[in-house]
Amino acid sequence: MLTQILTFLIFFAVVGCILYGRRLIRTEKVDAVFGNPERALGGTHWVIVGSSFLLLIWLYYSWDIAKGFYPKSANELCQVAKVNDSLLGLKYQFPIEEREFKSTSQIKKENKNLKLIQNEIQNSEELNSQQKTILISYISKTNQLIPLLTNKDLLEIETQLKIDDITGKINLLTENFQKPDYPFETEQEFNKRMKAVNEEGGWGITKVDAGSGSIENTLEVPLVPATYKGLKFHAAAQELNLISDEFFKLRNHNPQFKSRIKELKEEIKSYRKDLSDSEEVASTYAKNIVKIARRIEFASIYPPNSLDKMQAAIIKFDNAQKKEQGGLRLIDIFLFPAGTIVASGPSCSEQGSGRWLPKPSDTFNKFILMSKPSVGYKDIPLLWIQMVDVSKMIGFILPDWIADVLPGEYPVHTKEGIVKQNFKGGVLKIVTGDFNLFKVPVPYGHIWDSFLRVFLGLVFGILIGVPLGLFMGLNRFAKGFFDPLIELYRPVPPLAWAPLIISVLGIDNTGKVFLLFMVSLSIMIISARAGASGTQLSKIHAAHSLGASKKQILRHVIFPNSLPEILTGIRVAVGMCWGTLVAAEFLAGTTGIGFVENVAKKYFQYEVIWITIFIMGMLGLLFDVTLRKIIDKTIPWRGKG
Amino acid sequence: MSDLISQNLNMIFKTPKGETVHALKDLNFTLKKGELLTVLGPSGCGKTTLLNITAGFIKPTSGSITLNNKEIDGPGVERGMVFQQGALFEWLTVAENVNFGLRMKKEDPVETQKKVDEWLEIVGLKGFGNTPTYQLSGGMQQRVALARCLINNPDLILMDEPLGALDALTREKMQSLVLKIWKETGKTIILITHSVEEALLLGERLYVMAPRPGRIHKEYNLPFASMGLKEDLREIKKNKDFSQKREEILEMIWNMEEEIMGKDN
Repeated sequence: MLTQILTFLIFFAVVGCILYGRRLIRTEKVDAVFGNPERALGGTHWVIVGSSFLLLIWLYYSWDIAKGFYPKSANELCQVAKVNDSLLGLKYQFPIEEREFKSTSQIKKENKNLKLIQNEIQNSEELNSQQKTILISYISKTNQLIPLLTNKDLLEIETQLKIDDITGKINLLTENFQKPDYPFETEQEFNKRMKAVNEEGGWGITKVDAGSGSIENTLEVPLVPATYKGLKFHAAAQELNLISDEFFKLRNHNPQFKSRIKELKEEIKSYRKDLSDSEEVASTYAKNIVKIARRIEFASIYPPNSLDKMQAAIIKFDNAQKKEQGGLRLIDIFLFPAGTIVASGPSCSEQGSGRWLPKPSDTFNKFILMSKPSVGYKDIPLLWIQMVDVSKMIGFILPDWIADVLPGEYPVHTKEGIVKQNFKGGVLKIVTGDFNLFKVPVPYGHIWDSFLRVFLGLVFGILIGVPLGLFMGLNRFAKGFFDPLIELYRPVPPLAWAPLIISVLGIDNTGKVFLLFMVSLSIMIISARAGASGTQLSKIHAAHSLGASKKQILRHVIFPNSLPEILTGIRVAVGMCWGTLVAAEFLAGTTGIGFVENVAKKYFQYEVIWITIFIMGMLGLLFDVTLRKIIDKTIPWRGKG
Repeated sequence: MSDLISQNLNMIFKTPKGETVHALKDLNFTLKKGELLTVLGPSGCGKTTLLNITAGFIKPTSGSITLNNKEIDGPGVERGMVFQQGALFEWLTVAENVNFGLRMKKEDPVETQKKVDEWLEIVGLKGFGNTPTYQLSGGMQQRVALARCLINNPDLILMDEPLGALDALTREKMQSLVLKIWKETGKTIILITHSVEEALLLGERLYVMAPRPGRIHKEYNLPFASMGLKEDLREIKKNKDFSQKREEILEMIWNMEEEIMGKDN
C-alpha cells in the first residue's frame, strides 16, 4: 500500500517538476551566459526530480515495486521454480536447452578418456610391454561395451515399455495441467493449505521474537502455494518429481551387456590381485579403466531415437507450463531486476539486488518496529528515556573519599545490635548515592550511547587540547616538550590504538571515550596551535600598547583570534570521532549503533544494516549542521577580517 | 619637559643568513611636546624600526630613547599606536574596540561609555557603536583605530603608514581628521608615510631618512600643517613653495633608490 502510493507520488512529482522546469526555462527572459555560476542557483524542482529518481531506483532494484503491486508474484514464481527444478533432470537428457543428447556427450567424453589413457600407457616408461598389451586389451574391451548399449536391436522390450509408460505419464500430466480444474482439491485440503499459508506469513514478513524481544529474520519468499495458480504448478512439480525418479531408476542393461561388463570387471580384478607391489603403476591404470567402464554402466545411454517420443512429450509440457505462467513471466522479467526468484530453485530465496538491497517498505516497517522501546535491538531500545533518581547521579559524581577524610569514625553497632547513624556515616550515604530524591528522565539506548561517547570524547579533547594547543603556539618550552609526544601518537590510525585501549580500559564506555579523546585531542591541539601562532603581530602589538597584560592578551586577543581555527578543528574532530567510534563499536561492545550493525551483519539482517547506515548518516549530518550553526553564530567575522 | 629624546640610537639586526643589517645608525633627535613629525624615506631606511623602538616592541642595540625623561622599556599606554591595516579586533564591535584599553584597565563602565561616545563623535562614527568592525570600510576602520588609541590619552601617538591602504578621497578626509585631532588634543605625533605629499601636508617637522645604514638624511621645518588647519588641503597643494619642496624631496628619494639599485646590481 505504502509502496503503491509512493510510486504514484513520485511519478506525479517527476512529471510535474519536469513540466514546471520547462515552463520556467521558456518564461525566463534573460538566461545567464554559460559558465556563469549563477546558472546553477535555485532549482528546487530539480532536487525533487533527482531525489525521486533515487527513490524510484531504490524501489525498483529492491523489488519493492513488484512487492507493492504484485504481492503474490513471489509465491507464484516460487512454484514455477519448483516445476523448473523437477523438469531440469529430464530436460538435461535431451537437446532442449543443451546442444546434444546426454547419451551422445557421455559417449564422446568416455571415448576421449579412453584414448587419453591409451596414449599414456603406450608412452609410459614404467610399464613393460606385457603389461601394456594387457592394459590396452582392457581398453578396447571397455570401448566395445558402448555399441552394446546403443544397438537398437539389443534394447529390451521391457525397457522400451517402461519408456513408453513414462512418456504416457508426461503426456497425461500435460493434458491435465491445461484443464482449468487441475489439481482437484477437496475442501479439507484447501483449509489445510490455507492454514499453512497463514502460519508461514507473507513475502518478507517481519516478526518479533517473543523471547528476546529482538527482530528475527524471517524467510524471504513463502514456499506454500497461496494462490490457485501457484497450487497448479506446485502439484505439477510434485508429479514431475515422481516421473523423473522413475526414469532415472531405469537402466538400459541388456543381458549381453551385463555379462560382458561382469566379465571385464572380474578380469581386471583378478589381474590387479596378481600384480606385485612393484607394479603399482599398472594397477592404477587398470583401476582407472574400471572406473570408466562403471561410468558407462550408469550413464543412461540409450540407442538413438529410442527416446524421441519422450523428448516431444517433455517439450510439450514445458511449452504448456510456460504458457500457463502468462503475465507472471513478464513480472519476472521486468519487475525483478538483477536477479530472480526462479533461479534460486525450490529453496525460493531472493537472488541478486533483491537480496542485499532491502525494500524501502520493509526497511521502514522494521525501523518503526525497532524504534519501539519494547522491541529495540538486543533488549536495548534505539533511543528512549528512563527515570533515574538524582541521588544516583550525585553518588556517581561525588568521590567516596570525601566521607573518608572527615574527622571521626564510621558508626559501629551497639551491643543491642542497633546501628546509630552519625555525621560521617550520613556523608558516606550521600556520596555513595544511598538515599532517595526525585527522579529525572535520562535518555538511553543505542543511539544515545553512541552520541554520548562522541560527545564526551570531544569535550575532553577540547578541554585539554585547546589550552595545550594555545600554550604550544605561544611557548617554546611547551612546543618543544609536547611536540614529540603528540607527533608520535597522532599519525597512527586511531583504530590501531583500539585493541590496546579496549583491552586495558575495557569494552565499555571508558575505553571508547578514551579512544575518541585521543582522536580529538591531537586535532584540537593542532588547530589551537595554528590559531595561536597565526595571530597577526600587529594585533598583539596594538593590545600591548593599549595596556593589556599577558593574561588579558591571551584571553581577549589570541583566544578569540584562534576561534575560527578551533571551531574548524572541532568540525574535523567530530567527523573523525564519529568514524572511529563506529569502527570501535564493531570491534567490541554491547551497545551503540556500530554494535547493532555488527550484530545485524552476523544474522544477514540487511534491513537493520541499512537502518544503522541511515541513522549514522543522519546523526553525522545533525552534528555537522549544529556545528555549522554554532560557527556562523560565534565567528561571523571569519573570512571577512 | 615632556619631550621625546633619542641619543645615539643604533639598531643592528642579524638576518637568518648571518649578515648584519644596520637598520639605524647614531640617531639623534628631540621632539618637543605637541609637535607633529612625519618621517619619509625609501623602503628599508629604518622608519618602522624607529617606530617599533619608540613603541617599545623592540629594544635598540645601543643608545637610548626617553619620553618625559623616562627610558622606554617595553610597550606602554603613554605611547599609542595606529597601524597601517587598523589591526582592529574583528570579533568585537566598534565600541568594544574603542574601549578595549579602558576595559583592560577595568575602569568604570559608565564613564567608559561616555568617553567612547565622545570619541566616536570626534572621529565621525557616531551611531556606529554596535556595528561589527568587519562590516566597516577601510577609512572607517582607521577612524576606529584612531579613537581606540586616543581614548587612552597617550602622550605620544605613533602612526605607521595609517593612511597607506586608503583610496585617494578617503585619504584626504583622513588627513584633515589627523590635523584636526592634532590641533584639538595637542598631542605629540610621529607619522610614518610613503607619500611625499602627505609628509609635507601633515608634518610640522619632516625627516627624510636614508637607508644602509638607516639615518636622518635631511630635516625640514614646514608651515603647511598649520596652514592646513585653516585652509583647504587642496589649496595648499597648489602652493608654489609646496610643489617646489615636493619635487626636491622626490628627487632626493629617487636618487637614494637608484643608489640602492646600483649597489644591488
